[in-house]
Amino acid sequence: MKVDTSKPLEYGTHENSNRIFGFWVFLGAEIALFATLFTVFFVLANRFADGPSGSELFEIGPVLIETFLLLTSSFTIGLAVHAMRHQYKRAMLVFFGITLLMGLGFLGIEITEFVTYVHEGATLQTSAFLSSLFVLLGTHGAHVTFGFLWGAAIMIQLMRRGINPATANKSFIFSLYWHFLDVVWIFIFSFVYLKGLM
Amino acid sequence: MNFDLEKFKVHGEPLIYGAMISIALASIGIVVGLTVFRKWGWLWREWLTTVDHKRIGVMYILAALLMLFRGGIDALMMRLQTAAPDMKFLDAQHYNEVFTTHGLIMILFMAMPFIIGLMNVVVPLQIGARDVAFPRLNAVSFWLFFFGAMLLNISFVIGGSPDAGWSAYFPLASLEFSPTVGNNYYSLALQISGIGTLITGVNFIVTILKMRAPGMKLMRMPMFTWSVLITNVIIVFAFPVLTVALALMMFDRLFGSQFFTMANGGMDMLWANLFWVWGHPEVYIVILPAFGIYSEIIATFSKKNLYGYTSMVASMLIISLLSFVVWAHHFYTMGQGVMVNSFFSISTMAIAVPTGVKIFNWLFTLRKGRISFTTPMLYSLAFIPIFTIGGVTGVMLAMASADYQYHNTMFLVAHFHYVLIPGAVFAVIAGFHYWFPKVFGFRLNERLGKHAFWWIIISFNVAFFPLFILGLMGMTRRMYTYSAETGFGPLNMISFAGALGLAIGFAILVYNIYWSTRYMPRDKTGDPWDARTLEWATHSPIPEYNFAVVPNVKSLDAFWAMKYDKQPLFEDQITKIHMPSNTGKPFVLGVVFFFLGFFLVFSMWIPAIVAGIGVLIVLAAMSFDRDHGFYIPADKVIKTEKKLGGGTL
Ligand code: HEM
Ligand SMILES: [Cu+2]
Repeated sequence: MKVDTSKPLEYGTHENSNRIFGFWVFLGAEIALFATLFTVFFVLANRFADGPSGSELFEIGPVLIETFLLLTSSFTIGLAVHAMRHQYKRAMLVFFGITLLMGLGFLGIEITEFVTYVHEGATLQTSAFLSSLFVLLGTHGAHVTFGFLWGAAIMIQLMRRGINPATANKSFIFSLYWHFLDVVWIFIFSFVYLKGLM
Repeated sequence: MNFDLEKFKVHGEPLIYGAMISIALASIGIVVGLTVFRKWGWLWREWLTTVDHKRIGVMYILAALLMLFRGGIDALMMRLQTAAPDMKFLDAQHYNEVFTTHGLIMILFMAMPFIIGLMNVVVPLQIGARDVAFPRLNAVSFWLFFFGAMLLNISFVIGGSPDAGWSAYFPLASLEFSPTVGNNYYSLALQISGIGTLITGVNFIVTILKMRAPGMKLMRMPMFTWSVLITNVIIVFAFPVLTVALALMMFDRLFGSQFFTMANGGMDMLWANLFWVWGHPEVYIVILPAFGIYSEIIATFSKKNLYGYTSMVASMLIISLLSFVVWAHHFYTMGQGVMVNSFFSISTMAIAVPTGVKIFNWLFTLRKGRISFTTPMLYSLAFIPIFTIGGVTGVMLAMASADYQYHNTMFLVAHFHYVLIPGAVFAVIAGFHYWFPKVFGFRLNERLGKHAFWWIIISFNVAFFPLFILGLMGMTRRMYTYSAETGFGPLNMISFAGALGLAIGFAILVYNIYWSTRYMPRDKTGDPWDARTLEWATHSPIPEYNFAVVPNVKSLDAFWAMKYDKQPLFEDQITKIHMPSNTGKPFVLGVVFFFLGFFLVFSMWIPAIVAGIGVLIVLAAMSFDRDHGFYIPADKVIKTEKKLGGGTL
C-alpha cells in the first residue's frame, strides 16, 4: 500500500481516508438513531403512570460528575491524537488510557444510578417515561461500554505494533466516536436531566 | 431459566409437518451432496469466505430468488384459501402467519436483497472501480442479511411465525395479544439483517463517492449508480429508525417495558409512527434502484442516450426527500386530525409529480429510438403502463377523505402490488436478464424468456386487477374466509387462477436458467447488447480484478463513446493489482448472530449472553486482523487478459 507522507498519518493511504469518510457516514446513521431515541423520550416524557417523575428521581451531583468525566475524556482523547501526530507513543498511550479510565468511571456512576433508581422502585417496567429513560441512557451507556472495549483493543495494538498508518487510522476514528458520545451526552444532560429537574 | 420444550413446538397442521420434513430432507440432501462430490473445501474457499463484490452479489441474488419462491408459496396458499367461500385449507392463525411472513419476506428478504445483489455486481463496474470501498464489511453485510433471513424462516417450524402483519401494529403485536414467540422472531430477524443493510448503505455511499474512475464526475455517472447512491443515503437515514423501533419492540416483549402498551403510559401510535417513518422510505429503497435499472435498459435497447438525464437525477432526489415526509398516510383513519391528514395527503400526492417526470423521460427516450424487443426491454416496457395504474390508484388512496372508504380493503392490496411488482419484481427480473451475461458469460434464452414474460405479465393482471373491484365491493384485507352471500367468490377464483399463472411464469424463468446454462453459446465480446456503460467494457465473466487498466472517463456513456467516437478509454499500462484476501470471519459473525437471535427469541438468557460475548470476540478478531491483502503481479494480469480475449488492450 502506498503511503502519502504529505498527509497526516491516519489519512496516509487511500483506504485510510475512505475509512474515515465512511465513519463520518456511519455517524450520520448514529445521529438518526439517537434522534429517534430522543424523539421517543420526548413523546413519553410526561407519561409517568404511577411511577416517579424525573424531578423526584434525578440527583444533580452524580450527573455533574458524569458530565465532567465525559467532557474531560473527550479532551484527553484529543490530546492522544495530538501525541500520535508527533509520534509520541508513550504520551499517546497514557492519554488513551486516561480516556478509557474516565469512561469506566462514567459507567460506574451510571450503573450506580440505575441500581439506585431500581431500589427506589423505578424500573424499566414501571412507566413509559422510565422505559424510555432507561433505554435512552442505556443505549448511550452501551455505546460507552463498547467504546471502552474497542479502545482497549486499539491500545493493545498500539503497544504491540506501534504507531503506523493502520493503528493511527483506528485511533483517529475512535476519537471521532468518542467525541460523538460526548455530544450525545450533552443533549442527554440538558434535555433529560436539567429539563427533568426543573 | 425454566426450559420448556413446548415453546419450540408448532402444532397441528399437516402443512407444517410437510414443511419440516422437506426442510430436513433438503438439508440432508445438501450435506450428502457436498460430501459425496467433495465440495466442502470449494464451497468454503470460493464462496463462504469470499470478499469479491461479484460473488457476494451472486449470493444475494440466489438467496433472494429462493425467498421469492418461499414468499410466492405463501401467496399461493393465501390465494387458495380465499379462492372460494368457506374454504378450509388454512385456519385463521395460520393465515395470519402466512400473510405476515409473505409481506416481510417479499419486501425485506426478496426485493431489497435482490436489488442489493444487483448493485453489488454492477455498481463497482459501472464506476470503473476494482472493488467496493470495504470488501470485508460487504461480506459482513451479506452474512447478516442471510442469517437474519434464515432466523425468520425457521420460525415456521420452531415456535411459530409472527402473526401480526408485516407492519406488526401494537397492541396487537404485544406479548398480551400475540403471546407466541412469533413477534420475537420478527424483532430479532429484522434487526440482524437490518444491521447488514445499514452497513451496505455506508459501504456503497463511500464506494460511489470515493472510488470512481478518474474523470467520472457525479453528472457522468450511469443512472443505475445514481439511483443506488440515493437509495443508500435513504438507507443510512431510515434504517436507524427501524433499529430503534425493533429494539423497543424487543424490550416490550422480552423485558416488560412500557413503550407501546395501552396501560402505564405506553403509546401504541408511537409504534405506527416509527414503523412507517422507516417503512415508507423502505418502499423507495426498493423502487428507486428499479428506476435506475429501467433507465439503463431503455437507453441501451433504444440505442439512444437517456432523455433528460439531469431531470432524472433531480426527480430521484426530490422523491427521496418526499419519501420521508409522507409516512402518516398509512394511518389516516386512526384519529390524527384534519390538519395532519391534509399535510400528509398533499405531500403524498406531490410524489406523483417527479414520478411523472421520469415516466415522460422514458417515453421520450423511446421516441425515434431503434428499439429492440429483448426480454429485459419487454419487462421495462410493460412496467410503464402497469406502474401507472399503481400510481393513479395511489393518488386515489392519498386523498385522506376518500381513504376512509378504501382503507384496509383489497383495493389497497391491489394498489401496492401494482406498484411493488412492476416497480421491484419486474425490475430485478429485467436487470437479471440484462446483467446475467456479464456475470456468467452467456445470455439467457430469449424464446424461453419471452414465454415467461407473457405468463408473468398477463397472470399478474389476472391476479391483481380483480382485487381493485373486490376492494370497492368491501372485501377487507387480511380476511381469511368469507361466506357465499358476500359475492366475493368468483373474482377471488379468477385471482387465484392468476396467481397460479404467475407461478408457472416463474417456473419457466428458472427452467430458462437451467436450459441456458447447458445450451446457450458463450459470449466472447463482453458486450452482448451493444450497451453504453462501463460494466460492458470488461470481459464476461468478469476477472477478479474487474479492469486490467482503470478506465479514463471523459464523457457520459464513456464506453459508447469509445466504441463509436473512437474516444480512448484504457490509456494506462498494466501494473500489479492490489486485492483483498478472503476471510471466514464475516460468515462466523453471521452464525454467531444467528444463535444470539435464536436464544433471545426463546428468552434463553445464559446461552444468549454467551453468544453475545461470541459476537464481541469475532469483532475483536476482525480488529486485530493484520491481513492487508495481496498483489496480482502484472505479468499474471497480462496472461489472464490474453486468455480472456484481451478486449480492453
Ligand atoms: C407473486 C405474486 C403475489 C401474490 C399472488 C401476492 C398475494 C398477496 C396476498 C393474497 C396478500 C394478502 C392479502 C390479505 O389477505 O390481506 C398479500 C399481501 C402482501 N403482499 Fe403480496 N403477493 C405477491 C407478491 C408480492 C410481492 C412481490 C411483494 C413485495 C415486493 C408483496 C408484498 C406484500 C405485502 C407487503 C403484503 C401485506 C402483508 C400484510 O398484510 O401484512 N407481495 N399478497
Ligand atoms: Cu407510504
